[in-house]
Order: sequence, then structure tokens, then C-alpha cells
Amino acid sequence: MQENSMRDVWVGLFVALGLVALGFLALRVSNLASLSNDAGYGVTAQFDNIGGLKVRAPIKLAGVVVGRVESIAVDPQTFRAAVGLRIENRYPILPTDTSAAIYTSGLLGEQYIGLAPGAEEAVLKDGDRISLTQSSIVLENLIGQFLYNKAAEGEKQ
Amino acid sequence: MSMDDTHLIEIRNLSFRRGARMIFDDLNLSIPRGSIAAIMGPSGTGKTTLLKLIGGQLRPDRGEVWVDGQNVHKLRHSALYALRKRMGMLFQHGALLTDLSVFENVAFPLREHTRLPETMIRDMALMKLNAVGLRGARDMMPAELSGGMARRVALARAIALDPMLVMYDEPFTGQDPITLGVLVRLIRTLNDALGLSSILVSHDVAEAASIADRVYVLAGGKVVASGTADEVNRSDSPWVRQFMQGLPDGPVPFQYPAPALEDDFLGQGSTKGGCA
Amino acid sequence: MIRLLAALGQRAQSALARLGRLHLFLLGLLPALPGGLLRPRLVVDQLFHIGVLSMQIILVSGAFVGLVLGLQGYNILITYGSAESLGVVVALSLVRELGPVITALLFAGRAGSAITAEIGLMKSTEQLAGMEMMAVDPMKRVIAPRFIAGFMAMPLLAALFSAVGVLGGFFIGVGTLGVDAGAYWSQIESGVDFYDDIVNGVIKSLVFGAVAIWIAVFEGLDCVPTAEGVSRATTRTVVNTSLAVLGLDFIMTALMFNI
Repeated sequence: MQENSMRDVWVGLFVALGLVALGFLALRVSNLASLSNDAGYGVTAQFDNIGGLKVRAPIKLAGVVVGRVESIAVDPQTFRAAVGLRIENRYPILPTDTSAAIYTSGLLGEQYIGLAPGAEEAVLKDGDRISLTQSSIVLENLIGQFLYNKAAEGEKQ
Repeated sequence: MSMDDTHLIEIRNLSFRRGARMIFDDLNLSIPRGSIAAIMGPSGTGKTTLLKLIGGQLRPDRGEVWVDGQNVHKLRHSALYALRKRMGMLFQHGALLTDLSVFENVAFPLREHTRLPETMIRDMALMKLNAVGLRGARDMMPAELSGGMARRVALARAIALDPMLVMYDEPFTGQDPITLGVLVRLIRTLNDALGLSSILVSHDVAEAASIADRVYVLAGGKVVASGTADEVNRSDSPWVRQFMQGLPDGPVPFQYPAPALEDDFLGQGSTKGGCA
Repeated sequence: MIRLLAALGQRAQSALARLGRLHLFLLGLLPALPGGLLRPRLVVDQLFHIGVLSMQIILVSGAFVGLVLGLQGYNILITYGSAESLGVVVALSLVRELGPVITALLFAGRAGSAITAEIGLMKSTEQLAGMEMMAVDPMKRVIAPRFIAGFMAMPLLAALFSAVGVLGGFFIGVGTLGVDAGAYWSQIESGVDFYDDIVNGVIKSLVFGAVAIWIAVFEGLDCVPTAEGVSRATTRTVVNTSLAVLGLDFIMTALMFNI
């Protein structure tokens, strides 16, 4: 019996340590703490081209993460990318004429959505749509445009 | 489907094969209640297999095994387990649970099958240990026991649930004369005191014959002789006499079947597995 | 030549037969599992053998793997001038891959082989047959508690491994190599995703744990009941578990991160 209860203590210790380790991984090592789960309101935005944007990519306002990309699909009517954004509930402050743009962090980093607030009094609510959008910059298009402009300049001269 | 009530075990037309080898071929055997039956036969005649068939651990190819009016191999899982609670089996080497002490081994079936309070389990287990004379060894571990002691502990465990039948698988092999005497006496006294029936599988002819009420000699998958020890001893089959008296040569030849001597030593003998 | 082909065929056949028995065994085991849960005493005893006794090797290995990751990661990252990403490199490698995989391999060597040997010995000394004759189902009494305990212990061990590894990386990176402590943790926090990384890592370790303990108990039950048979079965447990874990790891990684 004595040995049995010592064994129980060890097993208890093992399970407790394991759970502490899991908790440590969840809270300290991952973004769970900053990831307010599902709490938030959804708005949509349509882009001509989303480039390499992925689901769960951050949404930033003035560099601060205010939400995450929830869904990405093609709108069958407009043939544009319909992106669902989930903004945290503690930021019910975005004017209805807020604009959204897709940026890349650094030259090769991941893509995120940057919001620029507008001037309206009314704010975006759940289910609203951001109509002012700027697509991701596609490098090939940029180079093509540059060459075209150069060629046009040459013709002028 | 009727069963003769004087017989605890009835085996009818039992056939069992292992691979291509026929172990039992249309075996018939019945064992009366309250007696000690010794099943004897040379090594490899399937004596242990017979016990496993009775206990329902193996299924026969054909035939039936009836124990206490129940057809063992027609029983559902739960009914078979209920029947097994009334059977004890003593394995050749005891089969004690090596991570439990002697006491816990004997208490094991009680703990598994009853919800008795701890004090009662203690008393019952100690009583059974006392019956085999090992009450003082309760705290030893199976690894510390001699072979004979391990078998006695296993015997105490086998009778823990007060079964109606105890099966002994080669209880005498490899025991010194004193242990042997103890085991022989234990089997007899337990059988009579507890009102059990016992099946004893052995090829130790003298010991088994000395306590058995009935002896069955198996050979070639059949019972070749049965009766009291005296009757079997006086059998007119030369084979049975060779077995019972332990003669080196007889119907069972000394030589394992081999090619003729001349071929092996004078001619070009072949060695198995070689290739040209 | 023909003999070689025949031998190959025979090996393939026996391997397939073993695979078949492995899965039939699982079918027999599943109904016994609820019964095992009703006997917490037995599960706790097995948790001691499987979990507590594996803790030492898991903690020590985790710490060393973390230290090595810290050193190697730092040396590579410093050439790109991004040593502050050390935390996320260490944490991601551990949580996604090394934690579950190395824990499973160590688990097979420490606990799996011990279980195979124990069950194999119980088989060869007729303890399992003895239990059956005492009307005690070895599936419920012996196999199920071990399976449940292994399944429970594995994610905990993997979490311990990863956590200790992250701390080991912190110790070497921040303590010795001069990475900023704040950067270490904040990089981890922004780079490691709870669902994509932590949850998937735990799922991996659950699957690996189930497979490792499944193979261990099966090999024990399936062994030839002799001393040689038991030792072969023990070897097979370690080899087969390692192969299964590494193969499954590839498949699961492909499924989890490529969608």
C-alpha cells in the first residue's frame, strides 16, 4: 500500500508536469494568448488580385494586428477575390470608408492586409463590406508596366 | 442432448488437428464426478491440448466437450467465462503472475470476480495458502519460490474460487521426491476434502497411478486403455504395458524411423537439405 | 534463383500475415478498451511504468536537443543577421517535428520494448493462458490498461520534450550567445500558431502514441513464446514502431501543412 501511494504521487506529478508543459506550449510558445477565438465581427472586401494572401494572415491597422483573414474565395459574379476579414471586437472603430490593401512584410515576407481608416462618422459592423481596396502588387505586372512605360518614353522621343 | 449426470465431463467424437498432424481422432472419454482421473500418454500425444479443449481455450475440429451439462464450445463468451470460474487449472510451471506476491496471486481471482471486503479476501486467501502449507510464504515473490512451491501456490490459486473441477497439467515433472510426495498427497486430500473432481495429466506413471481413481492412456489420438490403475497395468496390449512399465524397447521402437543401416553407412547416404 | 524468389515470397507472405494479424488484433482490442477505463487503478499503474519511468530520458533528451538546436540555429541565423529569430526556429522545429517524432522513437525504445518483453514473458510463462482459465480476459486485464496508459502518456511526454527543448534553446541562445530574451519569446509568440503548430503537434503525438503502444502490445502477444522469440519481438517493436512513426510523420505533415 505504501508503495502504491508513492506510485500514485509519481503518476500525479507526471500528469501535472505534462499538462504544465502543454499549457506552456499553448500560452507562452504560441499565439493562443493573443488569439481571441472567434470573438470579433466579420466584414468582407473584394480584391482584383490577392497575390499570395493566405487564410489566417494578419490584418493590421497602423501596424497593429486587429484581426485575421477568415476566408478566401472567388465571387462568381464579379470574378474578383472575396476575402472575409474578422476584426477583433475591441476595435469597433473603423469608419465605413476604410480602405484595405494587401502588403508584403519585407521583400519576401508573408502578405497581410493593411487598413487605412477613412473619415466617416459611421463605423463598420458585422456583415459590412469594405469597398475601397487595393490589390496585391504583382511583381511581374510591375515589371511589365515599367518596360511598357520605358518603351512609350522611347517612342515619344 | 441429455447428459449422464454421474459424469462431470463427457468428450464425444473429439477430433483436433494441429496443421497436418492429427492430435485427436474421434476421442471418447467420460470422467465421473468426485474422482481423480489420470490421463497418461507419451510426450506429444496432446495431453495438455486436451485440457485446453476442456477449458475452451482451443476449439475442436469435430466433436463435443460437455462439462457439467454444458457444451463448452457452444457457449457464448460470458457463459464460457462463468464456467471457467468453476474450473481451476494448474499449469505445468504454475503460471503465477510474476509482478504479484504469493498472497496477491492467490487473492487475484477473488479480487477479479468478487466484491468482497479486504478482510474477507485476506482470510480466504490465507486459508487457501494454509491448505497447501504456504501460509508463511505469503510475502514472497514468485521468482523466489522453488518449482514445487510455485506449483503449490498455483494450486491454492486454482482452488481460490472453490471450483468443481481442477485440472493439473504435468504437476510432477522435475520435482524432487519430497515435493513429489507433498503434491501427490495434496491433490488427493484437496479432491476429497473439497469435493472436487480432478483431471491429472501426466507421464509420471507411478505417481499418477498411485492417486488416480481412473486411468486413461492416450495414444494415436485415441484412448487405448482405461480403468483403474491395476486394470490398466494388467492390460493385454503390449504397447500399454511398455508405457506403464517404462520399457525402453517394444512396440514403440528405440530407433526413430530411419533408412536402413546399410544404406546410411555403406551406400551413398543423403544428407537432408544438401543440393547437388 | 528460384530459391531466392521463393524465400522472398515467403518473407512477403509472412509480413502480410503479420500485418493482417496486427489489424485483427486491433479489432479484438477495441471492445476491451471501455472495460480498461473502468479499472483506473490498473491504468495508473501502467502510467507509472510507461510515463513516469520514461520521463527521465525524455527530459534529458529534450534539453539536449534544445541546446543543439539553439547552437546550430544561431550559427546559421547569424550569417543572415537574424539571430533574434532563433526562438521561432527552435520552437517550430520542436513543436512541429522533433517533439512528437523523437519522443515516439524514445518511447518505442524505452516503454514499447519493455511492454513487448513483459507481455511476451507473460505469454511464454503461461500467465496469459492462466488468466484466461481463471476467467479473467487478458485483453481487458493486461492489454487494455497498457494501451490506454500509452495513449495518454505520449502527448504529455511529447509536450514535456518540446517545452524542455524550448527552454534549452533559451538557455543557450539567451544565456550564452547573447540573443535578446524579449526577442526570443516575442518571435516565438508571433511565429508559432496555436492551431497549425501546437494542436497539430499534439495530434501527431496522439497518433504516434497509439501506433507505438499498439505495435508494442501486439508484438508481445504475437511473439513465439520462447526466450528467443521474446527478444526478437522486442527488436521488432523498436524497428517497426520507428518505421511506422517516421512514415506516418511524413504523411501527416503532408496532410497538415500542404493544404
